[in-house]
Amino acid sequence: MKRYLPFLIVVVVALVTFGSAFALYRARKPAPLKDAAASGLHVRGKANAPLTIEEFGDFQCPPCSIMAGLLKQIEDEQGSKVRVIFHHFPLAMHVHARAAALAAEAAQEQGRFWEMHDVLYKEQSLWAKATEVEPLFEGYARTIGLDVERFKKDLAKPEVAARVDADHELGASRGVTSTPTLFLNNVALKPDAMNPTALHKAIETALEGKDKPKHE
Amino acid sequence: MSKDEQTAAPSRGRMILYSIAALFCLFGLADATYLTILALTGETAACSGQAGCQEVLGSVYAKVAGLPVAGFGVAGYFTAFACAIFAAFDYARARKFFAIVVGVLFASTLWLLYVQAFLLHAFCRYCLFSAAICFLLMGLVVATPSSRVSRS
Repeated sequence: MKRYLPFLIVVVVALVTFGSAFALYRARKPAPLKDAAASGLHVRGKANAPLTIEEFGDFQCPPCSIMAGLLKQIEDEQGSKVRVIFHHFPLAMHVHARAAALAAEAAQEQGRFWEMHDVLYKEQSLWAKATEVEPLFEGYARTIGLDVERFKKDLAKPEVAARVDADHELGASRGVTSTPTLFLNNVALKPDAMNPTALHKAIETALEGKDKPKHE
Repeated sequence: MSKDEQTAAPSRGRMILYSIAALFCLFGLADATYLTILALTGETAACSGQAGCQEVLGSVYAKVAGLPVAGFGVAGYFTAFACAIFAAFDYARARKFFAIVVGVLFASTLWLLYVQAFLLHAFCRYCLFSAAICFLLMGLVVATPSSRVSRS
């Protein structure tokens, strides 16, 4: 038996290593992005775009508001080469951030996530200072053409809150600690690249093929 | 490696040293496997927001010929582990292989430390952990008494 023991140990360690690596890979491998829209993610742009920009954002964070405008500009410039995915990452320090995320998700129930996304960022300076944000959000819902009564009911839906929580957990699992955090083709952008010049450069580099998409 | 290579009376001290080395290799193997999976899934952000970590794992030096450097670490640590286990069971040739593999791992570690310190000016804690393991393994190789006595 002792003669075979070293072989046995090596084989067992090889199997355990391979098994653990495989399990870890499966657990950490992000969902295929081509199914992003179908899986309830908030996607803007074509599924086969060579560059996917994922944003973890907080509607109450001022730099996120600036980033939203910048991403719009990039989408206009790059056209079908780029698509944008938004994930909620409401920070605890922002008192209305979660309510805003819920409002956006409630708008999604009527297929108007991006409209609510845009109006929340546009009006951020107003509602961020308000004590009661619900009336303001209902006003925004009306402005973007939602059925307000349904919007109010959807706000209380557990699945709406669950989607915000799931996004937050996803962000935490990917190392997100602040907002906005961007991933270009699933690679995290460095915090010092969050300015227009550096972001444009990173996008050009990614589009030049130096950073191939990792999702298929 | 044949059974004939085994020595008659395995040195208890050497067996303990190689067992410790095997344990260190397992730590290194776990670290390198984790980094390989991060590289394969593209999760450079898994450093919990550590800027230096992302800088190192996302740099051009983190890949060789399109393969993650950590993958070579997995191969290296696994080979070192297998050699250490056989050496612990007194296979003479395994001791020689173990020293060679650890030497290669150590040289790679020195290069990667140089890259982090002087080219990237950033450190990754997982890489530093691996470097510490390599230094310990090298220390064990140096400390392990060599023996020409073989049994049977």
